[in-house]
Amino acid sequence: MSEIARAPASLSPPSPLWHALPWALALGFFFVGDGYHSLGVNILVMILFTLSLDLALGYAGIITLGHAAFFGLGAYAAGLFNIHVDNDPLLGLAFASLLAAAFGLLTGMLILHTKGETLLMLTLAISEILYEAANHMRWLTRGDDGLDGIRPGPLLGLFRFDLWGKTSFLYVLAVLFVCFVISWRVVRSPFGRSLDGIRQNSRRMRAIGTPVWWRLVAMYALSAGMAGAAGALSAQTARLVGLSVFQLLTSGIVAVMLVLGGERRLYGAFIGATIYVLVQDIAGAINPFYWMFVIGVLLIVIVLFFEGGLMGVIDAARAKLVRKKASGEAK
Amino acid sequence: MSASVLTVRGLCKNFGALAVTQNVDLDIAAGARIGLIGPNGAGKTTLVNLLTGMLTSDRGEIALDGARIERLSPEHRVRRGLVRTHQINTLLMELTARDNVAIAVAERRKFAWRLLRYGPQWRACVEEAQTYLEEIGIAHAGGRRVSLLPYGEQRLLEIAIALSLKPRVMLLDEPGAGIPSTEAHLIHEALERLPSEVSIMLIEHDMDLVFRFAKDIVVLVLGAVLTRDVPARISVDPRVRSVYLGRSVV
Repeated sequence: MSEIARAPASLSPPSPLWHALPWALALGFFFVGDGYHSLGVNILVMILFTLSLDLALGYAGIITLGHAAFFGLGAYAAGLFNIHVDNDPLLGLAFASLLAAAFGLLTGMLILHTKGETLLMLTLAISEILYEAANHMRWLTRGDDGLDGIRPGPLLGLFRFDLWGKTSFLYVLAVLFVCFVISWRVVRSPFGRSLDGIRQNSRRMRAIGTPVWWRLVAMYALSAGMAGAAGALSAQTARLVGLSVFQLLTSGIVAVMLVLGGERRLYGAFIGATIYVLVQDIAGAINPFYWMFVIGVLLIVIVLFFEGGLMGVIDAARAKLVRKKASGEAK
Repeated sequence: MSASVLTVRGLCKNFGALAVTQNVDLDIAAGARIGLIGPNGAGKTTLVNLLTGMLTSDRGEIALDGARIERLSPEHRVRRGLVRTHQINTLLMELTARDNVAIAVAERRKFAWRLLRYGPQWRACVEEAQTYLEEIGIAHAGGRRVSLLPYGEQRLLEIAIALSLKPRVMLLDEPGAGIPSTEAHLIHEALERLPSEVSIMLIEHDMDLVFRFAKDIVVLVLGAVLTRDVPARISVDPRVRSVYLGRSVV
């Protein structure tokens, strides 16, 4: 494969048109997708969650199976904030994100001096601890009954959340856009590049004076905050939080979405989460067991034959197109 | 003799019962060109690891510009100007040569914590990075991925990165390792071009390179300093000759 195709996305500058495509599709869907806005909201929330994992796992190389901890924490925090404190959705979102980021900072400081299997187990253990805590604190979380009664007030005091999820869709899309722009900037920043360096060779980074542990903790906290925002959006739009948000399966699903779509490509999160939720919805309607099979086969094919996931395939095709154009112009 | 930049006194390190560094005293003056030689297993790389903080010493003092540094972390020592290169390449293979240097420059200039607003700063880092590539003689390779560079140029890139950190003292751990003899002169030329005010200690198996480069040679045997002298006297020293099993060292 060509040099361009194998390079991380950060090296090939895409055209503005390319950038506009996913957002135009999402906005287009808003106008024609009547009856499917709730599904769209699901997809957008999972895209944001996957995007947050891409920052930690993809760019910084933090091996984690515990990202559900931050998603779940954000979801419960937003739900409880809505019920007990204030029903303004943006306040709840900010509270949940900050809480998740703080928790990421704290746990990151505890575990990020380890790596490999140790780190994997520690991340998993932390999300399991939160699961048990939520399970036992029935007085607060209502345990396995799930936290309901979340009634977010009108957005900005103006737009009421409707039954069909139209307001939710635009709300989540706007939050996703902000988070995406932040991610896009961060992974190209000196900070993001130093983390890319740590992933590739932490010894090199120590040799140039990088405080590796602090860098990792900072990125982990940022990623946790974003995962918390995804959780908060999920709670506010579904108006329900269940214990399953803390389960290992949640962490597993988001990892599958990221690998399907392609790591270190940001837009990989968009494709991976969309495909996953759509397959789950469409194939799941035909046969509740069938969709797992489809996802499984898709994952095997992608991992074995396509470097960089589905987004990698698109990048490769784009590179080919550019070369063809160039050689065409040369003639 | 000018004042010592790096001073080492009574440095010791044991791996279990094995004393890999024994009471090493070392003075490196400003602008020094020191060669560190010794047979395999003499503890040359261990000494570098102790100086840079990759290993912690059991006893002894290390001072850089008069300030004790033996308890500092490796990255703090780097920020104070004690920089090394590695025997085996530790480059960011997926990035371009220029970005490898620019990341180091960003770290030195304290831009590396910038997350959202960084355009002019990063551009300045990239421009500065290119000057180091030029200085070391691989300006043409700036835009290429490191994994596609010839091995010799990768070795030079290691030196360019070290140089970009504006070191007071540079410890070069076998910069010529693995380079075909036909390209060895590239390393030598690059070393000759290093700024004269930087103190350099060269650890190298290629005696030809050491004797041409160093003004002063330290011989390490079994973790202890055997002798230190100018190259002309080292090459005729009977003790050094016997350490190298009677083989001529030049």
